Amino acid sequence: MRRSYSALIAVLVLGGCAAPPSRDLVVLLPDKDGKVGALVVQNQKGSAVLNTAYATARTAPDGSVERGLASQSEIKDIFGGAIAAQPPRPISFTLYFESGSDEFTEQSKQELKRLLAEMARRQASDIIVIGHTDLVGPDPSNDALSLQRAGRVKSILVGMGVPAERILTAGRGRREPLIPTANGVIEPRNRRVEISVR
Amino acid sequence: MLSTRPVVIRRLLLACACVIAPISAWANDIAQFKVAKGAVHLERSGQRLPARVGTHLQATDTVITGADGSAGIAFVDNSLLSVGPNSVLAIERYTFNSTTHEGTFESSLRKGTLAVVSGKIAKQSPDAMKVKIPSSILGVRGTEFLVRAGD
Repeated sequence: MRRSYSALIAVLVLGGCAAPPSRDLVVLLPDKDGKVGALVVQNQKGSAVLNTAYATARTAPDGSVERGLASQSEIKDIFGGAIAAQPPRPISFTLYFESGSDEFTEQSKQELKRLLAEMARRQASDIIVIGHTDLVGPDPSNDALSLQRAGRVKSILVGMGVPAERILTAGRGRREPLIPTANGVIEPRNRRVEISVR
Repeated sequence: MLSTRPVVIRRLLLACACVIAPISAWANDIAQFKVAKGAVHLERSGQRLPARVGTHLQATDTVITGADGSAGIAFVDNSLLSVGPNSVLAIERYTFNSTTHEGTFESSLRKGTLAVVSGKIAKQSPDAMKVKIPSSILGVRGTEFLVRAGD
């Protein structure tokens, strides 16, 4: 009898002293437009989907998941440092050429000024110049053409004093039309160059 | 013969450096520090390097912050990751095709806190971005979330 008591006490003491298992915490946030994405939390116990604003999952090393909701103060207490260190969101500028020429349209020249001001405002800013085409012609030639347009804009920017090493170029071909059209439709608004400032 | 070899090698190395360097400062670079406060380091192939605003990152780098440290990183696909104090974030795999937007982005938060805004990789293929934490793997379908490893 005495022995089983002491065994029980030992269990209670040990159980009481052991730190509760360390748990990871995941919080899903709404994005800047208020839209909420989704996260799948997966481990040996199965998977849980978070898809509502401020939904949380606390997961223990054994894989068990406790769901909940995060308060603003909890978010600030735990994640304040990480949130304060977020880089500024990339901003996108779109430039158009006068038809059949290397010259930007008048409006695009103004846009270019805003772009340079935005670059100057940011720390260690860099830009990605992304060329796009309309839906005329096959993928491979549009890929090449869009990259060529991006390269042309890059050399213009370098000419204006933007350091070349701060400029990446990409050709997105016909994959991201601004104005969705049927195949083969000539659409000048889709023949554009987008510049992402980060 | 033996004595000329190092010279040849040195010349070769120089030639290589000259050929590689001008292609792009971004050749192996996948991201850049946009914010670095307090103690922030990078671990790259066993070496510890200081990280500052403007420092480039490569796939398989590990970001480490001290008690007063925090850092914000922009990746080439526009994914934004930032870590709070006392954090260890390992970039395990990063590939991105800027034409098709296909890629993979796997990172592991071993310690501390992380804020994420997913970018073009996750938008293109919902299973392509994963964040590992000690207990689980997070599949990122978009876009903004917070993670803490342990408590």
